[in-house]
Amino acid sequence: MSPVQTPPPSLKISTVPRDARAEHPVGIEVEHLNFYYGEKRALEDISLRIQSHLVTAFIGPSGCGKSTFLRTLNRMNDIIAGSRAEGKVLIEGRDVYAPGTDVVALRRRVGMVFQKSNPFPKSIFENVAYGLRINGLAGSRSELHARVEESLQSAAIWDEVKDRLHDSALALSGGQQQRLCIARALAIRPEILLMDEPASALDPIATQRIEELIYQLKAQYTIVIVTHNMQQAARVSDHTAFFWLGRLVEYGPTDRIFTNPAEKLTEDYVTGRFG
Amino acid sequence: MALPFVKGRSDELIFRGGTGVFAVVLIALVAAIGVELYRQSLLSIREFGWQFWLTDTWDPVAGQFGARPFIWGTLYSSILALIIATPIALGIAIYISELAPVRLRRPLVFLTELLAAIPSIVYGLWGIFVLVPIVRQFEIATPEWLKGVPLFTGPPLGVGMLAAALILSIMVIPFTSSVAREVLKAVPQAQREGAYALGATPWEAIRMALFYARTGIIGAVMLGFGRALGETMAVTMVIGNNPQITWSLYAPQYTMSAVLANEFAEAAGDLYLHALVEMGLVLFVITLIINVISRSFIWSMARQKQSRLVKTAAIKAAA
Ligand SMILES: Nc1ncnc2c1ncn2[C@@H]1O[C@H](COP(=O)(O)OP(=O)(O)OP(=O)(O)O)[C@@H](O)[C@H]1O
Ligand SMILES: [Mg+2]
Repeated sequence: MSPVQTPPPSLKISTVPRDARAEHPVGIEVEHLNFYYGEKRALEDISLRIQSHLVTAFIGPSGCGKSTFLRTLNRMNDIIAGSRAEGKVLIEGRDVYAPGTDVVALRRRVGMVFQKSNPFPKSIFENVAYGLRINGLAGSRSELHARVEESLQSAAIWDEVKDRLHDSALALSGGQQQRLCIARALAIRPEILLMDEPASALDPIATQRIEELIYQLKAQYTIVIVTHNMQQAARVSDHTAFFWLGRLVEYGPTDRIFTNPAEKLTEDYVTGRFG
Repeated sequence: MALPFVKGRSDELIFRGGTGVFAVVLIALVAAIGVELYRQSLLSIREFGWQFWLTDTWDPVAGQFGARPFIWGTLYSSILALIIATPIALGIAIYISELAPVRLRRPLVFLTELLAAIPSIVYGLWGIFVLVPIVRQFEIATPEWLKGVPLFTGPPLGVGMLAAALILSIMVIPFTSSVAREVLKAVPQAQREGAYALGATPWEAIRMALFYARTGIIGAVMLGFGRALGETMAVTMVIGNNPQITWSLYAPQYTMSAVLANEFAEAAGDLYLHALVEMGLVLFVITLIINVISRSFIWSMARQKQSRLVKTAAIKAAA
């Protein structure tokens, strides 16, 4: 392992070029976000704008705060005792950390898929129906069935499970479980989908299926994906943000980050010279 | 390199062998107790057969032994205790593991463990001096219209089924709640997060955790039931020790363990002794079965979690 360099004294936060912004409205706007686990600061003064209907990838070495940052976007970190966020996260112009925010409604709009698939110990059908039920989103049985099927189809798993909807979800393979979790997240029709290393535990074929899926979902959802896999980031994302030690080092169109990064640190990372 | 390898292996062998021997000794011990109880109750088994369990007369002088009222008392008091204790114990477990602020958790856990550590006889004394008078006041205050209900008939004595069920539930609560708390702790945080991410409220996320933990929770409840069945001292002191089969909560009744405790020392005659031991044998078998079932529920929970961990570790290692 080569020694890790200290960051240049003044980190310039690059923003996305204007043309891209004109085409795609800003979906999430983060302003001066700091995040603390107790005394420990895990995120330092992060500001960036995530465009809607694009795929934004977060990359960076392990422990740099990618997951923490992703989880601040739907306030999933709220449930960690002793944690605290400072700054603003604006979704459609409204600060999700403002007092009086309905966190339950926020999480319904900002869906999440976790690094380790976490299906509930229920049937495949019930896994997808759960979000619809608790949010009262399906008026009738037939509507419920229709939306479960639609979600499973969007997550490209319908054909594999349509004959065993009432079998336990735990009997599915790892890749199928992850796609089921994606279906579960899609069922409540979020506007933004956060994915934390959704393919990290999967084989190349299952990974490819998830990547194809992300490509298809892009038309309807704003997707933010954390990944350790450089090729994956390059393949699926439009914009890439590189994090290092709790800071955002560089952010821009994916092809520029990978071919012509502005920061030495980014270049070292994407060329695999450290981490 | 060979030497430490061999040494490590022999250490392992000693460790495995040692724990294996302990396990075998324990099983042998349990079996030996069962066999001994059976041998010591042969006279009664031969004399009465199934009638022992189906008749109500307990008359040592006449040599008549029917255990039905004692079985009734044991089951009735334990089931009542289960009904009272389960919601409270689960509520405490849920509060401590899911809702309480972190700095309150330790003191609360400590408190419940403390309750579990109080000797049975102390509960019994507290029952006689505090609980029974309160129960009596409550019984005296029974409104007329309730007195027609079979549950509330009989004179207000204080001692009786109600006092026994209450004291049993107080004794079972810390036990059930600490097992349930451990079970809830074994629920992966990812399950709760999965629910939250779909727009669940905290209560819905807790329900999901409870659902995940359901076998373990059932195990915890059954373990409490097993304890209630075998609990002796405190019950003996407040139940009134009168063998009768009645639904009345106010009536003094009797349990299997209470009659053993009261009569064993002064039992004259082999048949009398054997009849008491037969009761002990059945209590032993019932509690053993309940314990085995409930622990296997709890273990299956723990294994489920472990195998997930092992699986993800294996996937990580392979990658
Ligand atoms: N629940 C927590 N309590 C305390 N510290 C935490 C917690 N979760 C994460 N951290 C710390 O915050 C920092 C950022 O962690 P985070 O999980 O966001 O990193 P990451 O970039 O997602 O890493 P990885 O690529 O390994 O998933 C790490 O130093 C980590 O130790
Ligand atoms: Mg992470």
